[in-house]
Amino acid sequence: MHELGIVFYIIKDVKQVAEENHVGHVSAVVMDIGEVSTVVPEYLTDCWRWAADKEELLKGCELKVNTVPAVTFCDDCRQEYETVRYGRKCPHCGSEHTWLLRGNEVEIKEIEV
Amino acid sequence: MDPVKVIEIKKSVFADNDKDADELRRELKKRGVFLLNLMSSPGSGKTTTLIRTINLIKDKIRVAVMEADIDSDVDAVKIREATGIPSIQLHTGGMCHLDAEMTRQGLDNVDLGGADLVILENVGNLVCPAEFDTGAVRNAMILSVPEGDDKPLKYPLMFSICDLVLVNKIDVLPWFDFDLEKCKEYVRMRNPKARVLPVCAKTGEGLDAFAQWLLDEVREWKR
Repeated sequence: MHELGIVFYIIKDVKQVAEENHVGHVSAVVMDIGEVSTVVPEYLTDCWRWAADKEELLKGCELKVNTVPAVTFCDDCRQEYETVRYGRKCPHCGSEHTWLLRGNEVEIKEIEV
Repeated sequence: MDPVKVIEIKKSVFADNDKDADELRRELKKRGVFLLNLMSSPGSGKTTTLIRTINLIKDKIRVAVMEADIDSDVDAVKIREATGIPSIQLHTGGMCHLDAEMTRQGLDNVDLGGADLVILENVGNLVCPAEFDTGAVRNAMILSVPEGDDKPLKYPLMFSICDLVLVNKIDVLPWFDFDLEKCKEYVRMRNPKARVLPVCAKTGEGLDAFAQWLLDEVREWKR
C-alpha cells in the first residue's frame, strides 16, 4: 500500500535527472527492487502507470523492475545463504547472528531516453 | 526511431528523504525540541495512551502533539480537549505514512509554544511508516495484546527501527494467548537495543515508566 508514495519519489528523482540532462521524454525507468524490500513489484507498476501518464515527461514510460535476490550473511560461520528460504537462522551452523547482505534495495538503476 | 540512450542513476528512492530527515534532526537539536515518532496498528490505543501520559508530564515539560491521519481531525480534537496542550492534525492526502518534508511542514504550522517535546502520532500502519524517516529523535511503537505476540516476526522493519516498544492493553492478558516473554524475545531478535514496556492505557498501569522515559530522553536531548 506504500507503493504509490514510492512512485511519487521515483517521479521526483527522474524529473530532476531529466532536467539536468536536458531530456524531453523518458521511455523507460529501470528499478532494482530487493526481494525483502516490502515493495510489491506488481503494485508498483500499477501505481506507476496511473501516476506517470499524468506527466508529460513520462507519458507511456515503462517501469522495468529487476528483482534483487535477498542474501543473508552469518557472522559465526562466515557463509552466505538465501534469506527468503531460511529466514534469520543460518542453515549451515544454526546461528542467529546473521544480517542482511542485500535484498532490501529500492533503487532507481537507470533511465532510458 | 531514435536510438535509446541510457542514463545511469543508481540511487535509493529513500535517499532524499533520509537527507531531509537528518537535516530536520539537526535543526531540532539546535532548537532544543525533542520529536518522538509514535507508530502502531490502527486501534492499538495510541491516542488514549498519549492522553494519559501527557497528563502525567505536562506540568514538568511543555508538550505539543501532531496527529497524522489520512482524513478527519477526531484525534487532534480529542487530545486538545483531554489535555489542554497544543495539538494539530496533519492530513497525508491518502498516503499511508508521513515523510520528513510533511513532518517539517507540520512543525512549521504547529504553535509549539516553546515546546520541549513534540509527539508525532503517525498513521496507523506497521509497514510504510517504518520505511520513511520522519526526522524524529526517537521512534516508539505500540503493540496491543489482541494483535498477538508474533507481530515482531511479521513486521521486522518496524521493530528493528524502534527504540521503545509499548505493549498495551495488558489488562486483557488473561483472555488472550499472548506470551509477554515470547514477545520480548521476538523484539530482541529484531532489535537487541529496543526497550519493551508493558502498559495499560485504560488503567494507567506502566505509564509512569513511559512518562519517565520521555522525561529522561528530553533532558538528554536538550543537554
